[in-house]
Order: sequence, then C-alpha cells, then structure tokens
Amino acid sequence: MTTKAQAVIDWVDERFPLTSSIKGHLTEYYAPKNFNFWYFFGSLALLVLVIQIVTGIFLVMHYKPDASLNASGVPVAFASVEYIMRDVPGGWLIRYMHSTGASAFFIVVYLHMFRGLLYGSYRKPRELIWIFGTLIFLALMAEAFMGYLLPWGQMSFWGAQVIVNLFSAIPVIGPDLSVVIRGDFVVSDATLNRFFSFHVIAVPLILIGLVAAHIVALHEVGSNNPDGVEIKKKKGPDGHPLDGIPFHPYYTVKDIVGVVGFLICFSFIVFFAPEGGGYFLEFNNFIPADPLKTPPHIAPVWYFTPFYSILRAVTYPLFGIDAKFWGVVAMGAAVVIIAFLPWLDRSPVKSIRYKGGLFKAILAVFIVSFFILGYLGVLPPTPGRTLVSQICSVIYFGFFLLMPWYSKMDKCKPEPDRVTG
Amino acid sequence: MKKLLTSLLFAPLLAFASGAELHLDKAPVSTDPAALQNGAKLFVNYCLNCHGASYMRYNRLQELGLSEQAIKDNLMFTADKVGEPMRIAMQRDEAKAWFGAAPPDLTVISRSRASEFGSGADWLYTYLRSFYRDSERPTGWNNVVFENVGMPHVLYELQGEQVAKVSEKDDGHGGKIKEISLELAKPGKMSKEEYDKASADLVSYLVWMGEPMAEKRKNIGTAVIAFLGLLFVLSYLLKKNYWKDIH
Repeated sequence: MTTKAQAVIDWVDERFPLTSSIKGHLTEYYAPKNFNFWYFFGSLALLVLVIQIVTGIFLVMHYKPDASLNASGVPVAFASVEYIMRDVPGGWLIRYMHSTGASAFFIVVYLHMFRGLLYGSYRKPRELIWIFGTLIFLALMAEAFMGYLLPWGQMSFWGAQVIVNLFSAIPVIGPDLSVVIRGDFVVSDATLNRFFSFHVIAVPLILIGLVAAHIVALHEVGSNNPDGVEIKKKKGPDGHPLDGIPFHPYYTVKDIVGVVGFLICFSFIVFFAPEGGGYFLEFNNFIPADPLKTPPHIAPVWYFTPFYSILRAVTYPLFGIDAKFWGVVAMGAAVVIIAFLPWLDRSPVKSIRYKGGLFKAILAVFIVSFFILGYLGVLPPTPGRTLVSQICSVIYFGFFLLMPWYSKMDKCKPEPDRVTG
Repeated sequence: MKKLLTSLLFAPLLAFASGAELHLDKAPVSTDPAALQNGAKLFVNYCLNCHGASYMRYNRLQELGLSEQAIKDNLMFTADKVGEPMRIAMQRDEAKAWFGAAPPDLTVISRSRASEFGSGADWLYTYLRSFYRDSERPTGWNNVVFENVGMPHVLYELQGEQVAKVSEKDDGHGGKIKEISLELAKPGKMSKEEYDKASADLVSYLVWMGEPMAEKRKNIGTAVIAFLGLLFVLSYLLKKNYWKDIH
C-alpha cells in the first residue's frame, strides 16, 4: 500500500475504529472451518434484506398510498402499482424482485432457524443471539403483513381486515385497540397510510437495529458449528482457535457461491414465475380492494399459514372469553415460545449429530406438523381439517414445552473435542 | 418449464382443494402478432365501451407491430392522444344502475381470473363461449361460468344464440348436480370454429395486455440465469482455490 493511502487510513483510525472493525469482524474473526450447507442462510437473509431495502426505495418513488378512486374508478394505490409495472422503466423488475423478495425472506429465515434447531445454535452462550433472532422474525412478520396491504388488492384489504379484527377479540381493550391500529372503524385510507409509514420507516429501522445487534452478539461469542463444540476451547500457540479460519477471505468467497446459487433460484421465480403459482402474488390481489365484496375464501400469504392454522385450531371458549381471543393468544405464544428454546433444551450436547433417536424422531414429527399446519392454513376450514390442525398445534407446543424432559431422557453420544469436518 | 415447476410444486394442494367444480376449456393462447392484433381489434370494438383498460396506453399497441398512425386510425375511438390510457366515457354510477355492477377494468383481468380450476385465460375463453339465452335475466342472457352475470352477450352477432339444456345427474352421494349443456339455436355471422378462434384471439390479447412485458421478462431472465450460471462456476472455482489448504 502506498504511504499516502496508509496515511489516510491512519488518519481515520485515530478518529474511528476502521481497521480494528475490519479485523474484528472479517479478517481476524475466526469462524469454525466446518460450516456446511445450512450455514449459507444467515448471509442470504442479509442479502435479501438489502434487496428489499434497495428495491423498496425505488418503489416508494412511484407508489402512492391513496385509497381514493381515480377518474376510472380504480383506487389510486392499486393503479400506482400497475403504473410501476407498465410505465416506469424497469419498474416491473423492481416490483417483482420486491414481491418475490418477501417470500424469499421467509424461506431463507425459516431455513436459518431450522439450522439453529439442528445444531443447537441457541444454547449457552448464544441465548441473546437467539432472542434477537426471534425478535427479527416478529418484526419481519409485522413488516410483511403491513407491506401486503399496500397494493390495495382484494386480498390486501380482506387479509388486513381479518387480522386486525383479531385484536378486537382481546377483552376490554380489544375494540378500541383495533380502531387505533386501523385509524378508522374499517380498513380505509387511514389504515393504508399508517401501514405505509410503518412498512417503509418504523419497522425497517427496528429490523436493521435488531440485525446489527444479532451480528454483534454473534461476533462477541463466536459462531456455533455442525458439531456443536466450542472452537475457542482449543487454541493454537498463536492464540487463534485451532479449528477456526478467518471469516475473510474463507467465508466471504464461500458465501459468494451461496449468493450466486440463491440468485439463480430467485431469478427463476422473478423472471419465469413471479406469481409463484398464486402463492407469492395471489390471483385475487389483481382485483382492486372492494369493501363491499367479501371474497369467498380469504387466505393469508403462505409464510403466515402455519401460525394462522394454530389460530384457527382454537375453537373452545375459556373463562367466558371468546375462542377467537384464545386463538390469538395461541398464535402469539407460538412465535414467542421460540425465544425460550435456550432454557427448554436440557440435552448434554448441542448438535443433532450427537443427539439420540428420541430427539431426531420428535424433531421430524415437529417439522412434519409445521408443514401440515402451513398447508391447512391456505385451505378453507372443514371439521376434519380443524381436527388435524388441532393435533398438529398440540405437537407444535409439545415440541417446546416437553423439551426439558425428552431432551434429558435422550441417549446422546459423546461430543468430540475438535470439529469433525 | 414454468408450468411444469408450478404444477409440480402445487399439485398436492390442488388435489386437496374442495368446493364447487368449474370445468374450463384450455385456452389456446397465442403470442402471434396477427392473432394479438385481431384480439386488439375485437377488444376496442366490443369490450372498450363498457369496460376500461385504464392502465393500458394506446401507444403500447405498437409492441404488437402496429404503427402509431394505424392505432390512431383504426383503434382509437374515444381518446385524442395516442399516449392516453384506454378509458371509457360511461359513468360508473350509471353503469351500476344499468347492469347491477360497474363493469370491471380489464387491464389485468386475465391475471385475476386464475384459480385452481385453470388459468385466467382458460376462464375467459370458456366464459366468452358460454353465454345462453335466459328470459329470466334482465339482459336476456346468462352464463354457465359466471352465473347470473350482469353482462349481456355482446358478441352474439358473431356467435349466434345458444340455449341451455339442463339435466340432473346423480352426484354419487344421494344428491343431484345440475348439468348445463349448450346448443346453438340461432347461428351468428361466424361458424363455431371461427368464433372459437375469435375468442382465442381476444383472450390472447387480454393475456398480453395483463403483462405486456411478459416476453421481454422471459428473454431477460434467460440471459440473467445464463450469466449467473457462469458466475456460479467461477465463484465455485475461486472458493475451491482459496480453500485448498483447509482440511
């Protein structure tokens, strides 16, 4: 490096931790050398966040959060989305990237969370990383829900109507609370504008803050790995973990492979199936919102359906309060309970590689029930389907609440001292 | 490819879906410019009086191989400037009084009519060919696909007049299903084949208008994926080279 460039860097370093941050988070951040396929999804989640923010910035330049009807009798918000699709140069690409990005975000994040389950990434000393992660998931759900109202199609409108109405089931404060959320007695222009504000400013700010906290906490304690052993326990004479390699360049070049692989899948959807078979962009959402015409079947977008199924599975009123309220409680609990995993898991080992058959079987049943819940959530309910979703909801909660017992009973294998590659 | 992928992905879902069955004919959607031009002509002559296409600008029809002058001379009846969207003069509240509901904007109708029973094009193609005479309806028309529809059969001059033969069939669970079959009672200007072709052209136009950039999107997509494929190989080799000493 030329002395002049070095002088500039020195000047900055005296005033800002530039070189030390690059070292601490990249060139001298030691990550376990045995990361496998499942470890791509953290960096991919960050990539999708960037895609959503950048495409979002350009969408906001042309989108109009206005529920009033234009001269042709179409809501301005709906028409502005079609304006982006047709009259804004490259607008269709930006919009499809954003709409596909929403689904991609959840796919990547679900896989990222599943990785945590597989290898015990939530266990001590990573409890706080896991809590930040759960909060990110919650913020992401709020972000997606409010963003879905903005195109102001039939599913946008009625989906919001159904979900906001759920809050009115809360005793005493419910009805007023739902009015506060909507800003009106029905989903209306006021709702559209406040959801727009939350979607583009408030929730993204929270999301970025939480993501930063998630990464800072991770780099404080170091990454877990598929063996679930702490690489910091075995250090070489140079003071670096024997099984650790610098994040940069090793994992930057590896994550580029993951990024390109992801972009190939992403591009297949964006360019060849942007509607995702009616699951990424629902067909009914090409009809402008009509408050007087309730669609026969209102299905939430696929990424909410497991939790929506849990909500619908609760059909018994308790303590004189409506079943709908307990459904809301169950749905909220289903998300919040994830944060408690670090204290529910009592297994002597972290990774599934050294756990016994009992845990593997229970995890498999849990994953299958989660898929069934997701699947039932897109369908209209029937008595048979409700029964199945009730059974699956019990399994969902059982996985968490019974974990202190079955994780102790499980016959685990001894953990190795070093990672096994 | 797209159809194969989506049908594989969602096949189990569709099999599970319940509710009223809707039998739709497969629409022979074409991207041939002649068919699309004919569809555009039918659209502005027969649809664009009651239905608007308010997100679609006339000058975009140039993408179908028409010159600006040809569009102005042959296809623009209610607009002055070729950059204007396809709006209509009919007032929505009046339309509501006449038909019971304001006719929907048709720009993206082909995208919104998709369902588990078929694509939006299939629905439209079947709908356009399923009008029949019904003296109990205020317009004198009814439709098999869209029961008690407010829209009269505007293409009846071309198709002729169909009548419905209602028969009842056992549904296997002790109930009865109403089955409607249509017969041509009074021929129109076109033969059945000609009318089917005209409907297919009109539907092809509606599909094109729903997403005029669709072909461009696929072309760009092919190039993007080819580029990413190459980049994938290079990035994999780069990773392998960096990692050769890590065991």
